[in-house]
Amino acid sequence: MVLYSKKVIEEFSSPANVGFIEDADGVGEIGSTVDGDIINISIKVKDNILEDVKFKTFGCVVAISTSSAVSRLAKGKRVDEAMALTNEDVINYLDGLPEGKDRCSGFALDALKMAIEDYINKNK
Amino acid sequence: MDHSATTPVDPLVVDAMLPFFSETFGNASSLHSFGTESAEALSRARKQVADTIGALPEEIFFTSGGTESDNLAIRGVVPFNAGKKHMITSVIEHPAVLNTCAFLEELGHEVTYVPVDTDGVVDVDELEKSVRENTVLISVMHANNEVGTIQPLEIISDIAKEHNIYFHTDAVQSVGKIPVNVNDLGVDMLSISSHKIHGPKGVGALYVRKGTTISPIVFGGNHEKGIRSGTENVSGIVGFGKALELASERLEEDSLHMTRMRDSLISSVFDTISDVRLNGHPSLRLPNNVNISFKYVEGESMLMMLDMQGVAVSTGSACSSKSLNASHVLSALKIEDDFIHGSLRISLGRENTMDDIDHVVNALLETIAKLRAMSPLADK
Repeated sequence: MVLYSKKVIEEFSSPANVGFIEDADGVGEIGSTVDGDIINISIKVKDNILEDVKFKTFGCVVAISTSSAVSRLAKGKRVDEAMALTNEDVINYLDGLPEGKDRCSGFALDALKMAIEDYINKNK
Repeated sequence: MDHSATTPVDPLVVDAMLPFFSETFGNASSLHSFGTESAEALSRARKQVADTIGALPEEIFFTSGGTESDNLAIRGVVPFNAGKKHMITSVIEHPAVLNTCAFLEELGHEVTYVPVDTDGVVDVDELEKSVRENTVLISVMHANNEVGTIQPLEIISDIAKEHNIYFHTDAVQSVGKIPVNVNDLGVDMLSISSHKIHGPKGVGALYVRKGTTISPIVFGGNHEKGIRSGTENVSGIVGFGKALELASERLEEDSLHMTRMRDSLISSVFDTISDVRLNGHPSLRLPNNVNISFKYVEGESMLMMLDMQGVAVSTGSACSSKSLNASHVLSALKIEDDFIHGSLRISLGRENTMDDIDHVVNALLETIAKLRAMSPLADK
């Protein structure tokens, strides 16, 4: 089995912010069942702050743990701060990812940014 | 719950092996008495192996395991039968066969890969149609390591005999679970591995029917009648012989025990979890193999969560660097996209109990519920 950091295992087994926000201000979803890995992130924004961030993920250990990590990192941040999050921030938060497993690490962040863009477009 | 990967060594096998490390350590090729004792041990083990599969002792060649046996059967035969450059195999073989075939193709040999149906049974009509004038070998596994489907070797053997083609089978997964007799199956070569049947790792055998034209792939001091040089792994071979003898004595009992556990596990999963699919053939199936796909969840995640609950299984749905890749076997069975990423192989062993099955079912219930609660697909 691939060796994951303790933090990845923790995040995978007790993820934060699982779910859909019913009256979300922005939604981002990437992936398909053909390639695998589907990540849905929904956000609630108030006074330019990401008041709530929730995720639903179909995928491997990395897909789930990065989704949870992204939700934790983004929640409570200003929209521009959340937009500025990098893949490195996510990987650092998880104390690193095994080699070859960094492919899906960016997906959760991409879904978050799609959700934020969705919010921005709706509020133009 | 991952016995198709490997098994614990039986204590009786360990007892049989122990004297051959520091007491009876002679080189079986030495002419003095120390060597003779080892040589005698080898010949006892050779007879144990031969007896269990209905072969003659001189038809058994010890190797380092199933992979080497497969390599020897293919690389030792295909290039050394004058003018015959073509062989036939199936798309669901073990990599030990498939990668050997790919190597031969690079050398200019021709290989036909016969498809399987959605239950994983080799298409025998297609196999027969692919026979050519210059076909030298057919290699089809006895039972598949991932989905457990048992292949119609007797029928394939008839085709091979009719066209005067050598027939090899990889019986690594079937030995110790279902009857394996080289004459009933009608094979010319058969690969066995020790560590799958509660024997030590690093040892196995290739059965080669008398009269088969085969060349060595490892050269040296002419051990194993020159077919497999290298000082024999005496302790390992002794353990392998003992393990096979035990497996053969216990076959009926073990097979029944594993079949009961298998069927109970399958029906419990189908009764308690929705959106599941059994991969492989419903009845032509190894007694110890359960391969089930769960919709809306992914293989590695299930494996990890089950591992946390003390259940070790394997998956054919791995996440690789490029995408979520299904194994070549699951792909060959044309399993729908919805199911292909969520497969689990649970392979039972004779030391498992019905209590273990209950534990697995409970762990599965919890795992699937937890992952489906996270999955965006489950609510749609």
